Amino acid sequence: MKKLLTVSILGLAMAAGTAQARDYDHVRFGVDIPYEPMEYRDADGELTGFDIELGNALCAEIGVTCEWIEQEWDGIIPGLLARNYDAIMSSMTINEERRQTVLFSDPYITIPGAWFAPIGSEVDEINEESLAEKSIGVQRGTTFDNYVTDNYGGVASVSRYSTADDMVLDLQSQRLDLVFLEFIVGQVTLLENHQGEYQVVGEMVTEPEEYFGEGFGIAFRQRDEALAERFNEALATLKEDGTYDEIFERYFGDE
Amino acid sequence: MEWFNALLADNRIFTPNTIGFYWEGLVTTTQLVFLSLLVGLVLAVPLAIGRSSRHRWISLPIYVYTYVFRGTPLLIQLYIIYYGVVFFDGIQETFLWPMLREAFYPALIAFTLNTAAYTTEIFRGAIKATARGEIEAARAYGMSQSLMMRRIILPSAFRRALPAYGNEVIFMLHASAIASVVTLMDLTGAARFVYARFYAPFEAFLFAAAIYLCLTFAILFFFRWLEKRLLAHLRPQSG
Repeated sequence: MKKLLTVSILGLAMAAGTAQARDYDHVRFGVDIPYEPMEYRDADGELTGFDIELGNALCAEIGVTCEWIEQEWDGIIPGLLARNYDAIMSSMTINEERRQTVLFSDPYITIPGAWFAPIGSEVDEINEESLAEKSIGVQRGTTFDNYVTDNYGGVASVSRYSTADDMVLDLQSQRLDLVFLEFIVGQVTLLENHQGEYQVVGEMVTEPEEYFGEGFGIAFRQRDEALAERFNEALATLKEDGTYDEIFERYFGDE
Repeated sequence: MEWFNALLADNRIFTPNTIGFYWEGLVTTTQLVFLSLLVGLVLAVPLAIGRSSRHRWISLPIYVYTYVFRGTPLLIQLYIIYYGVVFFDGIQETFLWPMLREAFYPALIAFTLNTAAYTTEIFRGAIKATARGEIEAARAYGMSQSLMMRRIILPSAFRRALPAYGNEVIFMLHASAIASVVTLMDLTGAARFVYARFYAPFEAFLFAAAIYLCLTFAILFFFRWLEKRLLAHLRPQSG
């Protein structure tokens, strides 16, 4: 026990040594792909998406180089704390639960969640009765997982997936009756890539704030306040000079 | 005592809700492992006899089966069975679909086939190791092949296989941890859920690990008792 204590104190001391905020000239982002159109690989295998382009633009504005590191969603915050990368820019909703662990930038986009079901599904509205006995797919550890588990976990069976791809596959194979995910992601992966097979059921979901928070933010380690501040300033600049709107139009504009 | 109270007051992870998840996970894991071991064992006995057959047309297909299932990772077998079946057109209309739709049955099938392959090889080794003298004695008594199998070879082979089989049971328990990749809420699935929700890897996984340890302890204890009973004739006699 004593030895363990000494070792952990030693570990703490070493951690404290490196804990002082440092000036970054190279920022590594953790990102969970694919999550089209926020982050995914295009046909050539290049990483792209709204988050990636905005992130690169922010880095250019600040004058740092950046690097994207792939990480599955359910380990993405632990990976940040373990210093595998310096920030997370991966469609992460800002909420209180996460704020206890990480430091968020200002929100850079707000996106509602939506229910998707095959066309002809018997579910045409969302409430406890219509969802009874249904199987619902969500991505593990997301705000959507928490929302569905807390509100409908008692009546429906909730299946949790590591990647959105596996979830879509099970929706196609009729293992799932519905999936609940970000509207824009479902729009691309289900409505556009499988035209005429899926539909949105019920209203878009943006409330309550307890789950859906204030929008997406970039997550940093708590002590990197200076870095978060630099990104906030850069975000404000990009919004002013039109770069942000240009990227936004490219992904979400009406063609 | 004070620090303990403080710990409980601070605790936002182990609520009745998450304990419920762990409990359901424990039930799922136990069912999955127990059923797959049981069916696997029943399958393995005839397969092991066939595998030791002198006729190549009997032993070769069984060899191919055990080779394939021992030669590929269980995770890949699980993926193939869970995601693979849906690529058969019209599977949704067959009578099998209500079962294959759930994550439980594909996982059960994968685990059963896997453990049956290993158990077959364990038993085959034990059958092969039967002392020649015992077989010659049985022949001298005029026993038929099947009677000799029933009375002489299998009873002693099972006893010899017991320690190795006990290991297989423990491996199977630990291998079942991969069931959560196909959305099954087993013990590991519950731990992953708690981990992802509270970002608390230590608490979530240590708790699951402690439960696995208890299960392993029960299995070890059971097999020690079984060996004591069934292998009593091999112990040096004292007094």
